Amino acid sequence: MSEQGTSASASARVPAADESARIEKTGGATAVDRRARNPLRGAAGRNLGLVIALVLVCLVGVITAGERFASIDNLMTILRLAAVLGVISIGMTFVITGGGIDLSVGSVIGLSSVWASTLATQTMAQNFHWSVMVFTALAVGLGAGLVNGVLIAYGRVVAFIATLAMMVAARGLAEMIANRQTQVVRVPAFSDVFRLQPLGVPMLVWIFAVVAVVGWVLLNRTTFGRRTVAVGGNPEAARLAGINVKRHTMYLYALVGLTAGIGGVMFLGRTTAGSSTNGLYYELDAIAAVVVGGTLLAGGRGTIVGTVLGVLIFTTLRNVFTQNNLSISAQAVAIGVIIVAAVMLQQRIAERSRAVT
Amino acid sequence: MSAPLRRRWLALAGTAAALALVVGCTSNTPQDTSGDSTGAAAVPGTENDEPGDTVTIGFSAPAADHGWMAAITKAAVAEAGKYEDVELVQAEATNDVNLQISQIEQFINDGVDAIVLLPFDGAALTEVATQAMEAGIVVVNVDREFDDPNAARTTVLGDNYGMGVSAGHYICEQLGGTAGAKVAEIAGIDSLPLTQDRSRGFSDALADCGLEVSNRVAADFTVQGGEAAAANLLQAAPELDAIWNHDDDQGVGVMAAIENAGRDEFFMVGGAGSKNVMDAIKADNSVLKATVIYPSTQAADGIKLARLLVQQKAMSDLVEVEVPRTVQLYAPVVTKENVDQYLPTAFES
Repeated sequence: MSEQGTSASASARVPAADESARIEKTGGATAVDRRARNPLRGAAGRNLGLVIALVLVCLVGVITAGERFASIDNLMTILRLAAVLGVISIGMTFVITGGGIDLSVGSVIGLSSVWASTLATQTMAQNFHWSVMVFTALAVGLGAGLVNGVLIAYGRVVAFIATLAMMVAARGLAEMIANRQTQVVRVPAFSDVFRLQPLGVPMLVWIFAVVAVVGWVLLNRTTFGRRTVAVGGNPEAARLAGINVKRHTMYLYALVGLTAGIGGVMFLGRTTAGSSTNGLYYELDAIAAVVVGGTLLAGGRGTIVGTVLGVLIFTTLRNVFTQNNLSISAQAVAIGVIIVAAVMLQQRIAERSRAVT
Repeated sequence: MSAPLRRRWLALAGTAAALALVVGCTSNTPQDTSGDSTGAAAVPGTENDEPGDTVTIGFSAPAADHGWMAAITKAAVAEAGKYEDVELVQAEATNDVNLQISQIEQFINDGVDAIVLLPFDGAALTEVATQAMEAGIVVVNVDREFDDPNAARTTVLGDNYGMGVSAGHYICEQLGGTAGAKVAEIAGIDSLPLTQDRSRGFSDALADCGLEVSNRVAADFTVQGGEAAAANLLQAAPELDAIWNHDDDQGVGVMAAIENAGRDEFFMVGGAGSKNVMDAIKADNSVLKATVIYPSTQAADGIKLARLLVQQKAMSDLVEVEVPRTVQLYAPVVTKENVDQYLPTAFES
């Protein structure tokens, strides 16, 4: 699926793949027409399923944990936990919609958090402005994403392999920079910013909200978003329509890298320490949240609202489990089961919404 | 005062009892509690074990990815189960500091009485632990220290430097000042401060009897890492007198390498104190002659201390009215002679 979205020339050389893609495309198009007639079906219907799932999880939380669950403090705890995963999941939504995958986001979070908290960066931040640390992390994230993008778009390395390599290499580089030790942030101005709670909402949650809104506008209201869907749905058609598929693919990986950089900053703000172990396995959580949210793993369809709901379902679930003092191993099993159940349920809803109309 | 009366007293008013206890504690002997064991869920120990106000304790630790860490959680849960007045809220074990922070936030929201926390990374959890302390929750820090002493009321620590010293002294005793004896060291993850402390203690102790580490390799606390490091070491050193291996989990691999090489001209000292190593020491049929304990009961002690702190009791064997700020555990050497004493607290690896 990933090569279909990333290497237009490859699918052009293989007529069979191209043809099947075109059939998929026409199928998708008619479905879109039908959905247009009934707004409750389609995307809205899918999100409705997720909302129902989230409400169910919350209901279980309220029934089992009562006021301990249904409190503003607990809501903020859930949102703070969701924030980092949420931000990188927004970036991941773009890459997956564009027919790719990025396995390196977790490692890039670690790398950017370490790079932004080295003694040299912290000294600079102390002397100039705390935002030096923020820019460092964002630049590292963007840079790692660009390397991925160039390798995939112009180097014709399959996305899975290129980002797998980055996943290993970025983690290793982070360990080298930090010498496997924890770098405590000693720039009070930086830490203070993340202790702010404008309107009673923690900074991390604000960042998540802003990234989500920007992501929604970018995907649904701009040329960039429409091109992403086109590239993911059928790269050959997108190329014929005049889209520079390679350049666009590169942008997508740079974008997800940037969100990983933001994730690195958020880790620094939350933990006041940079560590090479930050963000371990976050790529898997992000992919799970994006797919549960309703974005097609094969590309060509993406939903930011779905992704946000997917992230919230996961985090709320964790919260409910801890509230109920459930055994550690049972939690892991249950989360696995729920991922599968959610995806299957969502497929049913999608099929029914197509069949009914 | 009679025993049943005193128990009721404690149940009713922990605060007032704390003072009375200090008086009673100094004369604290096993016979003292044997009379009032009726109905008490706790093991007969001290009068501190008698049920008091219910204490809700939140517990969070890193993922049990090696035997020692698994034993930490198991021992803590078992200890909490011994007290009918302790309600343990256990958070999902995790190596993700982001998740562990949110668990502590959740404990704060829930208004638990105490938090026993073995952080994945001490520095990363300092901020949220400070928030918990500010919210009036008793925080007991276990094993990996916070960045700021104010983030915890009490800290329970192992003694990494002491482990090295104990192992070094034992090897000195055994080799009896043999000039030029070859001593090898198989360390854990070399970049961790705890490994550096252990190695420093080891070479300091060896220096006292004129020995030094002749070969040193580092593994990574895993069985396969221990096997690879030991195999290389045995290749590099054809003749050895003693080996100290920092960790009994990786020791399983170290023993495999030694058996594969068919070597037995030396003796080996382990580290941490796993059950299978203690069994081997007891059986005395391998090169394993001793191990140095790094207690896997630290979090269990954390639970006990958290309970005392919330119920405002003191440590019964100390004159001091308050629970101490730091409790650092000792690193004893386990040999065939005293192994039976330590087997009950050994952990399965």
